[in-house]
Amino acid sequence: MVDTQQMRSLAARLAEPEVRGRSPWADARRRFRRNKAAMVSLFVLILVALFAIFGNQLAAWSNEEMDFAVMGQAAQLGAPSFANGHYFGTDDLGRDLFSRTVQGTQVSLMVGLIGAGIAVIVGTLYGATAGYVGGRTDAVMMRLVDILMSIPYMFVLILLLVMFGRSMTMLFLGIGLISWLDMSRIVRGQTLSLKNREFIEAARATGVPAWKIILRHIVPNILGVVAVYATLLVPLMILSESFISFLGLGVQEPLTSWGALISEGAGTMNYGTLWQLAFPLFFFCITLFAFFFVGDGLRDALDPKDR
Amino acid sequence: MFGFILRRLAVAIPTLLLLIVVSFLLMHAAPGGPFTQERALPPQVLANLNAKYGLDDPLWRQMLNYIWGIVAHFDFGPSFVYPDRSVNQIIAAGFPVTLTYGAISFVLAVVVGVSLGVTAAIRQNSWLDYCAVGLSIGAQVLPNFVMAPILVLIFTLWLGWLPGGGWGGPAFWIMPVIAMSTSFMASIARITRSSMLEVLGSNHIRTARAKGLPESKVILRHGLKPALLPVISYLGPAFVTMITGSVVIDMYFSTGGIGRSFVDSALNRDYAVMMGITILVGALTILFNLIVDVLYAWIDPKIRY
Amino acid sequence: MALLQIRDLNVRFATTDGEVSAVNGINLDVQRGQTLGIVGESGSGKSQLAFSIMGLLARNGRATGSVQFDGTEILNASPRVLNRIRAEKIAMVFQDPMTSLNPYMRVSDQMAEVLVLHKGISRRQALVESVRMLDAVKIPDARGRIGLYPHEFSGGMRQRVMIAMSLLCRPDLLIADEPTTALDVTVQAQIMELLADLQRDFGMAMVLITHDLGVVAGSCERVMVMYGGRIMERAPVEPIFAVPAHPYTQGLLAAIPRVDQKGDQLSAIPGSPPNMTNPPPGCPFAPRCAYAMPVCEAMPPLEQFAVDRERACHAPLSALRQGPPPQPDLPEPAAIEEVQP
Repeated sequence: MVDTQQMRSLAARLAEPEVRGRSPWADARRRFRRNKAAMVSLFVLILVALFAIFGNQLAAWSNEEMDFAVMGQAAQLGAPSFANGHYFGTDDLGRDLFSRTVQGTQVSLMVGLIGAGIAVIVGTLYGATAGYVGGRTDAVMMRLVDILMSIPYMFVLILLLVMFGRSMTMLFLGIGLISWLDMSRIVRGQTLSLKNREFIEAARATGVPAWKIILRHIVPNILGVVAVYATLLVPLMILSESFISFLGLGVQEPLTSWGALISEGAGTMNYGTLWQLAFPLFFFCITLFAFFFVGDGLRDALDPKDR
Repeated sequence: MFGFILRRLAVAIPTLLLLIVVSFLLMHAAPGGPFTQERALPPQVLANLNAKYGLDDPLWRQMLNYIWGIVAHFDFGPSFVYPDRSVNQIIAAGFPVTLTYGAISFVLAVVVGVSLGVTAAIRQNSWLDYCAVGLSIGAQVLPNFVMAPILVLIFTLWLGWLPGGGWGGPAFWIMPVIAMSTSFMASIARITRSSMLEVLGSNHIRTARAKGLPESKVILRHGLKPALLPVISYLGPAFVTMITGSVVIDMYFSTGGIGRSFVDSALNRDYAVMMGITILVGALTILFNLIVDVLYAWIDPKIRY
Repeated sequence: MALLQIRDLNVRFATTDGEVSAVNGINLDVQRGQTLGIVGESGSGKSQLAFSIMGLLARNGRATGSVQFDGTEILNASPRVLNRIRAEKIAMVFQDPMTSLNPYMRVSDQMAEVLVLHKGISRRQALVESVRMLDAVKIPDARGRIGLYPHEFSGGMRQRVMIAMSLLCRPDLLIADEPTTALDVTVQAQIMELLADLQRDFGMAMVLITHDLGVVAGSCERVMVMYGGRIMERAPVEPIFAVPAHPYTQGLLAAIPRVDQKGDQLSAIPGSPPNMTNPPPGCPFAPRCAYAMPVCEAMPPLEQFAVDRERACHAPLSALRQGPPPQPDLPEPAAIEEVQP
């Protein structure tokens, strides 16, 4: 979960005028490289991404093919083995778990990245606009965010998915459109502190229109905060999607995701096919771990402080 | 303080009404009515059904009736799928279960999380601190739907100590509570630790030490309140996520709470039950946020009511 | 026997960039009823000296040496011993009254807890006593305002509350760490006057830490000038202002703006305080000193050179009296700003 207190401190730190000779970004890069956990995590993330992109080239079976030799006897014959090409084993239907995991990784990563992307775009523009315009507009816009935040969004999302059919688009929309709330609050706070700085006033004094000031002067200056928050948002998006897929309300067969695979694995573990749970769970956990560590590392690099 | 609560209520009530209206409209915007089935019903039967549920009234009247039913009689109407059961009955059957393990989980997460965080902060860089930090990072990637199968695997399938599902005495509570509270406990511990560390380095704590107060009093009397402020503001979102998690708990452990009813109704397109539960959960969330706001204002004297 | 006797006190901090020595081998005596001013720039170690006496160093700080209060060793003493000394025998007033009071507690509770803890009296009595003390520090309507929160007081009033709180147990020694730095100039004078009055009325000793020589001149009997964690010069207040015997003291005095002097240029001390992770060998002031000589590579001892006057400098007094020689290779003084805390 994202700690808003720390975000605020980060925002405050990034809004500070540059006093030292080195740019804060170069400083941050140096500190990030020194953070072993974050560097290892970054490496893990690259590996997972490579797995998602090139995994299919390594797979002996496609994800939709059923191996009739093991079908129905997954517990006895479907265990991971290099001999029959099922590196991660198979599920009850004899589908290759390796290629299913590759596919699940693709879907989950995509949901995470796109969901976070929507949140970044909507949240940044909304927050920057509210903060920059201020006054009554700001009050109304932020009140709306407050109201939306007090809605149990997972329930509403499930409601939406059921009513309008389960599709990837609906899932993206549902997850992305609710996740921008926190982001808009953070960005607004940051904008408020930037708004009265000299370079913004200079731009305003020379008659630059408001939308241009927001896009050219405010947004670039809050990218640090946005980047950190977006990194922490990706795993949260993946968690949300996995949650819904675990309930069987997310992505539909033949598509799959980590959540759906974990759900399947959890459902069949009584029959001794533990690998069905273990492999998706492993990828799920290390990826989330890595994202959290990279996000924390980025934050500490941009806002060094003993915590 | 009273005025402050009133003003928060003035926001909370419209929010709740908005939630009701929006979910009502959504229900009607959904493709297909509640009685759309694979095998079309005879028109006469359909008309009778529609009349019985008031679906032939104009939309605004239906909506007013619905809202009035909730506000005046706390009545969410009948279920669309099980005509002999009302939404109220379905909720009444599941809610006590959800409330039991939910409340235990919540209290446990707060109490253990805060104590762990405070202890870790006091003994910064000790083995206890490292354990707490490691544990809380690990628990972040173990949400309820990951914890649940792992717990069942260990305690039911391997050790055979605990029942894998169902609802009965305290033995049935253990795994749901652990699955539900772990990640929140971890988050709360993490937040408490970092805010406590910040508070312990602040000037007013130095003053308290200079006054000759024993360390325990310094921490409990002067450190705890400010250190808890970030935790309290986290409780609002945590509550929402937790109540959402009850869906997984009910599904996985067959505990029979409202989460189960929600998923069942979602799969059956029983909109009346879905809406009833969504509104109930929304009302709880709004109420809880109100409590959190009041708690925050009570601790921080700088917030003017 | 002196009330406070410090021998060979060192304070070190372990940081990620290495060890920082904030205080180096300080010897110091404070007699009963005496007022001592400790003067130095930010980073000269004066505040850390005060914190180490009270056992209030940050977690990564270590103090070695000896600090005796009234014959009892209190440096690195157990919390039990320290907590009996704190507030009861030695009290402290901090720099920033905005943050030094607990913002989440009423002033009444913050004050009463001191008396309840140390004097064992009831809360009701403690409150009566606290109101009396707030009256003594000239807070108008003390009875009505004791129930307020700190943020409901102005900065000067908060510092008065802080002072009242520190004096509740009638301590033998008050350490005031830059008590007026965060306040307006007019309020500064009031607070200093108040401190001087209270010190006299209560007959307590006072250590006043400041970077402002003007504050010292008005209220102290003796002055100790610190730089780089070391004592540069120590003397009664008049001679130090009249004939400073150390180049650093000279520099500090020359940096005070004065209306009665000709010339429009303020003379700042060139350079900036040393980086204490990697302090210069020998005299820490040598890199900035106009009188620096090769011999300054070794730290000069603190030596008595006249009655009741000590200094740590190799430069002959006669040279100091003539003023600094021209130093073409030093940076322009105008380019240097003094770093404020």
